[in-house]
Amino acid sequence: MTFTHPFMANSVPAIKKEMLDAIGAPSIEALFEQIPADHRMTRELALPPALRSEAELRRHLLAILRKNEDCEANLSFLGGGCWQHHVPAICDEIAGRSEFLTPVWGTPSSDHGRNQAWFEFTSQLGELLDMEIVGLPVYSWGCAAGHAIRMASRLTGRHEVIVPRIIDPERLSVIRNYCEPQQMPSHIAVVEIGFDAGTGLLDLAELESRLSSRTAAVYIDTPNYLGVIETHAGEIAALAHRAGAEFIVGVDPISLGVLAPPAGFGADIVVGTTQPLGVHMNCGGGTGGFIASCDEERYAREYPSLLVSIAETVQPGEHAFGLSLLHQSSYGSRENGKDWTGNSVYLWAISNAVYMSLMGPQGFREVGELIVQQAHYAAKVLAEVPGIDIVFPGGFFKEFVVRFDASGKTVRDVNRALRERGIFGGHDLSAAFPALGQSALYAVTEVHSRSDIDRLAASLAEILNR
Amino acid sequence: MSNMTKLRRYHAAVWDEPVVMEMGRRGRRGIMFPAADQAVTAAVGCAETLIPEGMRRTMPPALPEMSEPDVLRHYLHLSQQTLGMMGISLFGTCTMKYNARLNEALAARPELAEIHPLQDEETLQGVLEIIHRFDLALRELSGMDQFVFQPAGGADAAYTHACVTRAWLASRGELGKRDEIITSLQAHPCNPATAATAGFKVITLPLEEDGYPSLDALKAAVSDRTAALMINNPDDMGIYNPHIKEWVRVVHEAGGLCFYDHANFNGVMSRLRARELGFDACMYMLHKTFGAPKGGGGPAVGAYGCSAELAPFLPKPVVTFDGKSYHLDNDRDDSIGKVREFLGNIPVVLKAYAWVRSLGAEGIREAADLSVLANNYMDHELLKLRGVSRSHPQIDAWRMEMTRFSLGKLFEDTGVSAMDVQNRMVDYGIDAFWLSHEPWIVPQPFTPEAGEMWSKEDLDTWIAVLGAVIEEAYADPDKVRSAPHNQAVHQIKGAPLEDPAHWAMTWRAYVRKRAKAQG
Repeated sequence: MTFTHPFMANSVPAIKKEMLDAIGAPSIEALFEQIPADHRMTRELALPPALRSEAELRRHLLAILRKNEDCEANLSFLGGGCWQHHVPAICDEIAGRSEFLTPVWGTPSSDHGRNQAWFEFTSQLGELLDMEIVGLPVYSWGCAAGHAIRMASRLTGRHEVIVPRIIDPERLSVIRNYCEPQQMPSHIAVVEIGFDAGTGLLDLAELESRLSSRTAAVYIDTPNYLGVIETHAGEIAALAHRAGAEFIVGVDPISLGVLAPPAGFGADIVVGTTQPLGVHMNCGGGTGGFIASCDEERYAREYPSLLVSIAETVQPGEHAFGLSLLHQSSYGSRENGKDWTGNSVYLWAISNAVYMSLMGPQGFREVGELIVQQAHYAAKVLAEVPGIDIVFPGGFFKEFVVRFDASGKTVRDVNRALRERGIFGGHDLSAAFPALGQSALYAVTEVHSRSDIDRLAASLAEILNR
Repeated sequence: MSNMTKLRRYHAAVWDEPVVMEMGRRGRRGIMFPAADQAVTAAVGCAETLIPEGMRRTMPPALPEMSEPDVLRHYLHLSQQTLGMMGISLFGTCTMKYNARLNEALAARPELAEIHPLQDEETLQGVLEIIHRFDLALRELSGMDQFVFQPAGGADAAYTHACVTRAWLASRGELGKRDEIITSLQAHPCNPATAATAGFKVITLPLEEDGYPSLDALKAAVSDRTAALMINNPDDMGIYNPHIKEWVRVVHEAGGLCFYDHANFNGVMSRLRARELGFDACMYMLHKTFGAPKGGGGPAVGAYGCSAELAPFLPKPVVTFDGKSYHLDNDRDDSIGKVREFLGNIPVVLKAYAWVRSLGAEGIREAADLSVLANNYMDHELLKLRGVSRSHPQIDAWRMEMTRFSLGKLFEDTGVSAMDVQNRMVDYGIDAFWLSHEPWIVPQPFTPEAGEMWSKEDLDTWIAVLGAVIEEAYADPDKVRSAPHNQAVHQIKGAPLEDPAHWAMTWRAYVRKRAKAQG
């Protein structure tokens, strides 16, 4: 080594020699004696030269990052599984604390504060969801849905899941992987159910006709991928339960200050995303998923994720937090465990806990009301632009579908023109949902102001009627 | 001369911090949102009328109502009640290393934090460039032909491999016929677990006296039902399987794929390449080997790389470069699709790329050298301590970057277990060591991994603390068994965590069960 690297305290030649002398080794190379000669790389690594100083490295990385265009410098209406919500400054402050940022595992005592923060994540999310078991997060909403469907399959001994055709294509792709190809012995068949073209609600007649003694679970999202609040959720629950199936509901937790929690309309397992709760989009790296249920033993014993529980310590009156039912995880039981677990997004669970503590019941109500009003306002002013139709004009939360067919323009063209004006238009749905024609999914949240929405409408009017 | 090291005093912060659910007062606010603009309300009416009847929330959630500074102070107290690598953390298998704060500062900038993953690729050129540049670096380190960063952890990369294996088998008409994945007892549990979740039967080879399964055992296990081998090398005992090329040949001849779980890459990086050993695919943990922070268990990335033959099956999109600009290639018919939404944990990829650029080829070689030197230094000093032995003592070779030790003798002599020792070491400000994955192959295992970050002084301190705890175990075993004594809380009772009448994964469950217990 021709220089002493700032990250490596022992890269000083004298220290290396001291350590080699202590163990009686002739050289560092000698320590690699276990690797046979014919296993070794025969040349040196060809990597770009080291940027040794922090200043050089920063300049290099920043130059690359500046090639991005972001949603702060632009006005964005993208959603579809990842959303721009306000992230309170305190969330970043706490998630950046070294004690939370850098470590892995300690003991229940030395990790006491971290474990408590995790328990506060599950406890507060449990209040929002009205559910008594919430696991530590999994990678994403899709992964949570996939695990929940596998839980339902094990609970019922059945191998078919019913999902809505209106579903995030990425989430469905994850679910399909979790359900395994049909050649595999524990394959779960995925049955898609259509929707009412006028309302975007699930087709109940089709659902009823497809439910059977093979159905392990019915899975729905509310609001669904196209933004529509599933008003028939209670009927869907009843139909699923009548068939002996589990009812799994996916939700966006930021909606739950104003929308009814799914437990109230019969959900057995609730899944969803954690990203809206105080985590930046991070180009999709803010994604996280949760799984929740009632506290019945048969559900508890199917969780693949880590479960943190409050418990007493040996000191009377004192409590701590430990992992429950670890034995059923892959850590405890390898291939006989429930699916698998591993590193997930536990740092974001702390951001989520901080977020929910700041929000309280009033914060969730306020943000929900603001979002639902602004989203409807946006839909209304866009509907007035010639060439635009709002596909499902009522009964949504923060997202809605804007159709450009009448303008004769494609979403691609519209979005390109919007980008020239510093606006990221809604996500193009034309490939995934051809029945909707040239449509885009628009998301409006609390980060938008009325003037942002008016600016979008004015820009679209200009673009569509040139 | 580790026993000359003077031990520092340490005590964790004790705040007796209540659970947040008990905090606050009705009416307090931690955050405000603006009311909708008057014109908005005038146009659409109030929120309640916009939500379909029956779908409105009727009971507000019972969340704490706290002021903003009270929330900040509460979570600061919790951070202070977490040792969290403020001490010396040699948590084996996790390769604890420095996480450069420059990377944190850069990742927090809006040019990354405020990027939406569905933006047009023209607006994502910086993100795609980082992905592509880092892909090239990993190709050089491994010899593989293509990497993706969608898997959200090492286990997810193992799962990705199981999914890729299914797609590869399907393309050859062998899915359903080749239904077995072979691994070893010392492979990380995620390998058998993800293989089983993907629908494969798992064959686990036991270790033999050389510290790894025998070639004969492997030959007996392979057949026309073999789909893949999933294996680490070296394993967590620091023993390198010198027959691994032969293993790969045997599995290939049987018609299966070979996946190299590079969890223990730190000791071999720059000295060998997975593809040159014959492997078809491999995995690196960017939050371990490549200097990105662990976050107490993610966000993480399991970088999955494979040969050109397997590349068509990779999760999509794949980032491509045409010499001028970067693209997202979604037009991949044979792709397994998604293992997780979007492109992956891009901030973690940025941090790993930054680590590679900071070190360069020479620095990566140095990190491997120092981690193996430090482990052998630890090994040399720890074996001098009473009651400490190591796995496979008959193998008289320098170990790789880790050694599996045993406190079996200490336990026999004193009744003090490895977990007791772990609980006592934290009293000295030493972060917990890793014991072992299941199943244990030595009694009372512990597995420190020194890595390249920690100074010789830190290593000496760690060794001295273990020495002091061992002496304490012989002199006053109850003191160690009842540890910790210097932490925010005492030992947790384990039994209630397994008891449906007592476990409580949320505060509301706790309140209900407590009330029931009190009658």
